Amino acid sequence: MDTHDQYGARGTVLRLLAAAGAAALTLTVGLVTPLNPAPQQAEADGKKVLTVAVAQSVDSLSPFLAARLVSTSIHRLTYEYLTNYDPKDNHAIPGLATKWEPSADKLTWTYTIRDNSKWSDGKQATAEDAAWTFNTMMTDEGAATANGSFVANFEKVTAPSPTKLVIELKKPQATMAALDVPIVPKHVWEKVDDFSKFNNDKSFPVVGNGPFVLTGYKADSYVRLKPNKSFWRGAPKFDELVFKYYKDGDAAVAALQKGEVSFVSGLTPAQAAALKGQADVTVNDAPGRRFYALATNPGAQSKDGEKFGDGHESLLDRRVRQALFMAVDRQTVIDKVFQGHAEEGEGYIPPRFSTYYWQPSDGQKITYDPEKAAQLLKEAGYSKNGDGKLVGKNGKPITYRVLCHATDPQDKAVGKYLQEWWGKLGIGVELDCRDNVSDPWLAGEYDLAFDGWSVNPDPDFVLSIHTCSALPATPKDIGATDNFICDKKFDELYAQQLAEYDPAKRAEIVKRMESRLYDTGYMNVMAYPNAVEAYRTDQIASITKMPEAAGNIYGQDGYWSWWSATPAAASESSDDSSQTGVIIGIVAGVVVLAGLGVFFAMRHRATAEDRE
Amino acid sequence: MTAEATPPLVGKTEGPASAGPSARRPRASATAGYPRYVAGKLGGAAVSLLAVLVTSFFLFRLIPGDPVKFMTGGRQVSAEQLAAYRREFGLDLPMWEQFTDYCGKALTGDLGTSYQFRAPVLDKITEALPNTLLLTGTSFVLYTVLGVFLGTRAAWRNGGLGDRINTGLALTLYSIPSFWLGLLLIIVFAVGIGPIPGLFPTGGMESGDEQGFAYVLDVAHHLVLPVVTLVAVEYGQTLLVTRSALLDEMGSDYLTTARAKGLRDDLVRRRHAVPNALLPTMTLIFINLGRTVAGVILVETVFSWPGLGGLFYQALSVPDLPLVQGLFFVFAAAVIVMNTLADLIYPLLDPRVGR
Repeated sequence: MDTHDQYGARGTVLRLLAAAGAAALTLTVGLVTPLNPAPQQAEADGKKVLTVAVAQSVDSLSPFLAARLVSTSIHRLTYEYLTNYDPKDNHAIPGLATKWEPSADKLTWTYTIRDNSKWSDGKQATAEDAAWTFNTMMTDEGAATANGSFVANFEKVTAPSPTKLVIELKKPQATMAALDVPIVPKHVWEKVDDFSKFNNDKSFPVVGNGPFVLTGYKADSYVRLKPNKSFWRGAPKFDELVFKYYKDGDAAVAALQKGEVSFVSGLTPAQAAALKGQADVTVNDAPGRRFYALATNPGAQSKDGEKFGDGHESLLDRRVRQALFMAVDRQTVIDKVFQGHAEEGEGYIPPRFSTYYWQPSDGQKITYDPEKAAQLLKEAGYSKNGDGKLVGKNGKPITYRVLCHATDPQDKAVGKYLQEWWGKLGIGVELDCRDNVSDPWLAGEYDLAFDGWSVNPDPDFVLSIHTCSALPATPKDIGATDNFICDKKFDELYAQQLAEYDPAKRAEIVKRMESRLYDTGYMNVMAYPNAVEAYRTDQIASITKMPEAAGNIYGQDGYWSWWSATPAAASESSDDSSQTGVIIGIVAGVVVLAGLGVFFAMRHRATAEDRE
Repeated sequence: MTAEATPPLVGKTEGPASAGPSARRPRASATAGYPRYVAGKLGGAAVSLLAVLVTSFFLFRLIPGDPVKFMTGGRQVSAEQLAAYRREFGLDLPMWEQFTDYCGKALTGDLGTSYQFRAPVLDKITEALPNTLLLTGTSFVLYTVLGVFLGTRAAWRNGGLGDRINTGLALTLYSIPSFWLGLLLIIVFAVGIGPIPGLFPTGGMESGDEQGFAYVLDVAHHLVLPVVTLVAVEYGQTLLVTRSALLDEMGSDYLTTARAKGLRDDLVRRRHAVPNALLPTMTLIFINLGRTVAGVILVETVFSWPGLGGLFYQALSVPDLPLVQGLFFVFAAAVIVMNTLADLIYPLLDPRVGR
């Protein structure tokens, strides 16, 4: 054996040892760095951090552009709106405005702006800021991107004094206490050149006057907020609020189990079940604000009366729509598809909005009755052929195309049930599941579609999408319509409620609209899915739900949940145990790696010697 | 004798010494055609890049969905406003004009503005690219080293217990879905199970308020589990390719000759067999290197890593045409550049290639 080989053998051993050492070092470095970040860090500098897991990317931090729930929720926390919603029953309560009243002709609204709201840079928030915000949205197309619909009926907005804001309308509008528009500081935002491109995400802290101040943001990593100590309603109790990104729901649940995050929303039934028995975790299965429906294409048309699309002609018959409605077993949808995490659907507005919640009377109620459905179809002139298929007026068997969202497992599951239920009536169902349903939908090229909306405390928007004026002007335009419903009676009621300033009378008209919508059979509201979420009770002692009695936490109308959240008293024991675990982990890791290194070295030496 | 049997390390680039198959070729002949070879490869790469530019433009216009309708979703928009949007994003121009405009801007580094984020595509890419490179780059180095090392060992002791265990384990891990393995690692090593404590963060890239060296350590801490997942799933491929390439070489006469000269087994392996067997492995390594830019969508999702993979998914679901096009171009360009680089390096490893 020459020197080269001797050197070579020793070199291999050295390299192996070095590699093992490096690996051990890497692992150890990994281990000794901030462990169990959330609880330990919170303890280390005595900071109480409320960490919320979110999955949705921020589209923009500019209140003029943001449309996604996560972004608009952050704006609710960082800017005051003119009014807010009472967490108990959703009625409008003071925000930046302390009072608001209409003129006798119902066309002028005067708001009194509070004198104790300051921007986080120390300047006073005034009526001029509000007037500038609205005027910018009215005059700049870029600034109207997100909230332009709120100012569409505005004639003129002025600020005669720092505490007085006057909005003149083109026609009466009952929703003037529900203007969900973040008011921005004029002295900061008037420097913006192009509102369509300014994302408000480069310079921190962002000047605002809400309960929190936006102090940091990194795309798809985190959004950090600090309490606004001078907030007029009182400062939030946590030292920091962090929205942390978890793109995978199971990983977010794991983070909650570990205590790395304090709150997780949008749980699946399986995740909720897994968390139910967990210590220090509370699962909140709250009535949701959404409805989940099956909408029929009532024959797409534009405002100028031109028909387009290719919806099935049989659906123009109310009896057919009602027969389809009758052949859907909504209770099975709740039990099997939502696994109990939903309420059975009836009226258009979910029960959590008690003021506007409507239920059909016993005689009016469309219950699951396949036989009656078959009879209704017969009355409408549709009968089965020799193969047991229901045939249309043209003699061809009826197969409905049902538009569904490819990413929504619920749509697909309900779709399977529809195939079974409607199949018994002789009707074929073709599920058309797509990532992007908007093209065939806007073109009216579908027969039925899975539909769902989140309802605001003020139901104006979800009602407006079924009025004739929401139809596109021509087939080439885009309307605000949901699915081309145009019913004169519904429209009359809509106009009445919008001009009705008495809340009780307005609620009554809204209920009549829901009744009308139910009877026409265009929308089969199958369920009100629950908001299923969970939080750690060892981090959050108490938190306000909305509605307060049994409501949800994430995505509220207002800033109640995060503003009200109270930190739990620190528990030392869990930290101790995890510290012990960490030390065991480090020692075990180093021992294993050192052992491996020695093993390789010995083994190599043995084989080298054998050969020699 | 000794000197000839153990050529200096640089000799590797010419192949092994006298016993090797290429050893008798004069050095000059190996590199005579190299400049032409290089020119050909670079030309090919340029054409490929151009093809990608063209494809990325037309391919994503086949995706159903009108981006303008997405942008205005839920709002009532008049034909005039729609036209204004189309004008703003250049969608009203004839296709060829949109295309020349896109190509012209792309050449100056302007990839357009993302519809959903209202930000330059290049900004979104440069924001996420370093994160992806950190994750996939670290994994790449580790799984390549591990794969080559274990692959060589497995082939050398072909059929032995070590080989069987190594190959079996590699095949098993290679077949495991990465997101599933990732979730398993989160449950075991991030949350903690039984006596195993939760050692690592469950997701993300940073805790958010660390500075300086503490920040570096914090990121390293977040990096461990996703890297382990990627390495576990990916090293098998390198191992198997290295192993089979080396097995092909093992019956060769030059190895028998080398052994006959009395060389130690370890040396025959490292200095003679492995360099000759490296070519297929090199191809794989460069392809993988190109892929590191694209990130790994599933692993990035499970570990909430803010990289390009997740961005691509978000862009496709809209579809956010400028962002999709930009990302597609960057991904494809990386693979082309790396493949070209591999092509340029081959002749240095095996002079037969460049002739």
